Amino acid sequence: MSATAARALELRDISVTFRSREERDARYTAVASTTLEVGAGEFVSVVGPTGCGKSTLLNVAAGLLEPSSGEVRVFGQPLAGINRRAGYMFQAEALMPWRSARDNVMVGLQYRGVPPAQAREQADAWLARVGLAGFGDRYPHQLSGGMRKRTALAQTLALDPDIILMDEPFSALDIQTRQLMENEVLELWAGGEGRRAGPSPKPQTPSGGGREAPGGQHGRRKAVLFITHDLDEAIAMSDRVIVLSAGPATHPIGEFAIDLPRPRDVAEVRADPRFVALHSEIWAVLREEVLKGYAQQLKVAA
Amino acid sequence: MTMKDRRARQQLRVWQVSVLVVTLVAWRLLSRNDQFAFFFGDPLVVAGRVWSWFLPFAMPPNQLFPEGLPGNADIYLHLGVTLSETMLAFGIGTVLGLGFGLWLALAPMWSAVFDPYIKAANAMPRVILAPIFALWFGLGIWSKVALAVTLVFFIVFFNVFQGVREVSPVVLANARMLGASRKQLLRTVYLPSATSWVFSSLHTSVGLAFVGAVVGEYLGSARGVGYLILQAEGVFDVNTVFAGIVVLTACALVLDGLVGRIERGLMKWQPWMGETEKL
Repeated sequence: MSATAARALELRDISVTFRSREERDARYTAVASTTLEVGAGEFVSVVGPTGCGKSTLLNVAAGLLEPSSGEVRVFGQPLAGINRRAGYMFQAEALMPWRSARDNVMVGLQYRGVPPAQAREQADAWLARVGLAGFGDRYPHQLSGGMRKRTALAQTLALDPDIILMDEPFSALDIQTRQLMENEVLELWAGGEGRRAGPSPKPQTPSGGGREAPGGQHGRRKAVLFITHDLDEAIAMSDRVIVLSAGPATHPIGEFAIDLPRPRDVAEVRADPRFVALHSEIWAVLREEVLKGYAQQLKVAA
Repeated sequence: MTMKDRRARQQLRVWQVSVLVVTLVAWRLLSRNDQFAFFFGDPLVVAGRVWSWFLPFAMPPNQLFPEGLPGNADIYLHLGVTLSETMLAFGIGTVLGLGFGLWLALAPMWSAVFDPYIKAANAMPRVILAPIFALWFGLGIWSKVALAVTLVFFIVFFNVFQGVREVSPVVLANARMLGASRKQLLRTVYLPSATSWVFSSLHTSVGLAFVGAVVGEYLGSARGVGYLILQAEGVFDVNTVFAGIVVLTACALVLDGLVGRIERGLMKWQPWMGETEKL
């Protein structure tokens, strides 16, 4: 459990009810009285069956969606509007197709009024840190799916947010690319230089230069709220795993502390006996919900 | 493979040119009949007219033109007028369409208020406005510009409107999470996204700007290619009418090619067919 002193993100008794546009009386409760917190520097995963309202919860935390009831607090302050201390990695393609990779990473810095030359330098440094040095001039359609995700990661991290919200960011990637990226995210999160796991297209840039500029506070870990439907991924990466019930009216039904030692390698840790034990423990809770969610989807389809 | 491609393309060109040649020859042969020539003209005379319009030197009498051809070079004034009308209408119509499109797409209240009127204005046969514009702006170029603007405006307007509506919600949410203000969203998300829609409409609207200008001239003017055509029609000079049509078509093709050029320059972020992975 997180230390009560420093909570980066608190969702208190959140409910989200959507109203159908066609029928005014038709309502759908996606999330019901959910309380969830993420400590500063803590890596928390939320797992649940597909279509259970995980993304809804994340949008509430980001301030993109206003909850029907309940309160969001960010470092103790009630949230109004967009969560300015959070970065968001979307499940779908979120890069601007009309901007090159570098310009995409730069855009957040430009919004904040960073002078262009400086923003450019920081963007290049971040692209190098996610292993895309030399790819700055490519447009998104010229990059592979994994490279686009790396660009999106650089775009989010370039703003040095205190909280990172991730919505199944790697679900569209093939399994090898996915494990590489998971390791890299863990390394960047832990304050490392990133980009040690995979083959590098270019030798690492010499330290110094733009290196210090983007991160600034390498020692301080960011709080991460990670949404996934992949239990393996959740356990391998997190400090804590929260299991959600099947929708509608999703709510947390289990919470598990992951006491595996760090640093972890997401591929190797799967063989750890403790991992296996945790997996079967959490799966026992999750399985029933997955079956429920599946049955509901079939009912809707019928 | 490339050799085969080139061969296929050459063959296509040959076929395309043959269609033109066959048409011209058939036209020429049929025009030996005087009655046919009165109504449909003679391609040789049409070509002669184009020569006289564009070239400053005469052609001496020869087999094709027994009387020779004068080199008047007198179309430039008229062509210049028509083209400047077209360009002005194209520019003004595009800017207005872009402005109104962005504004109404981002202000749902106003778009709801104006919706029936926009539909009505679009449904109206706008060519009929020409006499009114002639009354308001006189017989100079501005009445023609106004008519062509009404044609261009709606094309661009509807495309921008659609373009803004179809901005990817994820890209939008991402920009907001990255801290974009309303103005920054407009500049970095809505405008670039709408641009691709505008460009797809520019090909249509450049053609319509031309139509507006020529129809305006045709309905009352003292200069312009439309005026030349009207004059020729008054004396049953069908050859000059055809020559005017040929000149207008060539100009429209050039303008369209120009738009395509600009489009390729500005839209290089878009994957083109067959060019998706040009590294």
